[in-house]
Amino acid sequence: MIKNIGSKLIYWIDERYDLTPVRNLLEHKKVPAHRHSVWYYMGGVTLFLFLVQLLTGILLLLYYRPGEESAYESVRFIVTEVKFGWLIRNVHSWSANLLVLFAFIHMFSVFFTKAYEKPRELTWITGFIILILTLAFGFSGYLLPWNELAYFATKVGTDIVGVVPIIGEPLKIFLRGGDEVTGATLSRFFGIHVAILPAIFSVLLGLHLLFIQRQGMHEPAHFKNLPEEKKKYISFFPDFALKDLLLWVVVFNILIFLALYFPWELGNKADAFASAPEGIKPEWYFMFMFQSLKLLPAHILFFEGELLGVLFFGIAGFVWMLVPYMKVKHRTNWKIQPLTIIGILIAAFIVIMTAIGYLL
Amino acid sequence: MPLDRRKFLNLLLGFGGIGGILAVFYPIISFLIPPRSAEPVVNSVKAGLNAEFPANSSKIIKFGRQPVILIKTEDNQLKALSASCTHLDCIVQYRNDTKQILCACHNGIYDLSGRNISGPPPRPLEEYQVKVIKDEIVITKAG
Repeated sequence: MIKNIGSKLIYWIDERYDLTPVRNLLEHKKVPAHRHSVWYYMGGVTLFLFLVQLLTGILLLLYYRPGEESAYESVRFIVTEVKFGWLIRNVHSWSANLLVLFAFIHMFSVFFTKAYEKPRELTWITGFIILILTLAFGFSGYLLPWNELAYFATKVGTDIVGVVPIIGEPLKIFLRGGDEVTGATLSRFFGIHVAILPAIFSVLLGLHLLFIQRQGMHEPAHFKNLPEEKKKYISFFPDFALKDLLLWVVVFNILIFLALYFPWELGNKADAFASAPEGIKPEWYFMFMFQSLKLLPAHILFFEGELLGVLFFGIAGFVWMLVPYMKVKHRTNWKIQPLTIIGILIAAFIVIMTAIGYLL
Repeated sequence: MPLDRRKFLNLLLGFGGIGGILAVFYPIISFLIPPRSAEPVVNSVKAGLNAEFPANSSKIIKFGRQPVILIKTEDNQLKALSASCTHLDCIVQYRNDTKQILCACHNGIYDLSGRNISGPPPRPLEEYQVKVIKDEIVITKAG
């Protein structure tokens, strides 16, 4: 009965809009099966967590009230008064963190399998911009509960922007909505978090997914060089899609577990005239940059240490985005290629700096 | 060179189009830049009674929109310094165990005269003048 209605509905749509391209995609898309196939699922998990963010974010929006006098109080209201408000907020916070984590894993897996190479340059670039937007989502959302930690993280984060020559100071004032971090900053961050970023993000995510559908899955070199009869594939639909779905269910359970057993603290309300509490830390995904800035001396030659640090990260990020255009000679006698070594060093730097930040 | 009708119209449309785009974007960009609100000029603030302020402690005072840290040392000397860390703008605190000023954000340390002695801060903290008038502590901007 339901199947009948379903196929009638599909026929109705097909008759009017011709579903051949969709049918072709579902029937013919295949995913290479090899020892590194597991990395194909990382992007999907990231996408799933983004959808969780979208849904929980919309729900929180129904009760959240931006403003110096209302933001903290409304979040407290959500977690104490609203039915399941604590759950929605915890899921939103945890999912944000997992989203960043999986976005990083996804990026490095693409890097190490060299999936960014021609013809997938734009997939890499849109992906990189999406990652930066994700971090911006994290940074702007962090301020919204208007608590002490968020207040100082925002003060430091926006001040870092200010050290960039020429454009830094105007950009800082633009971000803060004035000279200081105040209620004006909160309004701005709220607008950025719930309207500006989602709008830009959706367009780039759409492009990113479109590029992937157009070009199909990347085949790493060891797979591509196999004779045709030895190449194994699984169909995208339903095999890969079902495996994807299974992983989404697993991640969803981990997410709920974390939200239940490790609730996100609200802390104290922000106070512009209180000392920064000791042990103040940024979100873990900014920790490696935070820690590097902490280790830099006040002055390096004629420059302020932080200026060089900030410029270094800015330039490094830009170069990383342009990785598909980098021509590094393939060394046949090297076991590990130079670019891979650079990638390993970068990943190690991030991991070590993050660890130092938490241990010291 | 004679200007034919098509060229003339294209030019007109081109300039008109650019003008139109500018007319749309100029107000938007201007809107995004926050207006400068007049800051009240503050030259001095009262910071409570000296007798009620214990030695070897500190408090943060609002000096207009700026936070100022007022410290009473162990030997009852009063010091007032800008509380905004010169590194990345966090608000500093007085450590009554080490008798130093600490910025908890990046472990910047200043001595009691505001000199940056360790960690990332590039400059010393700005000093304010402190007077006690009829037991009331008054902080004024130096210079």
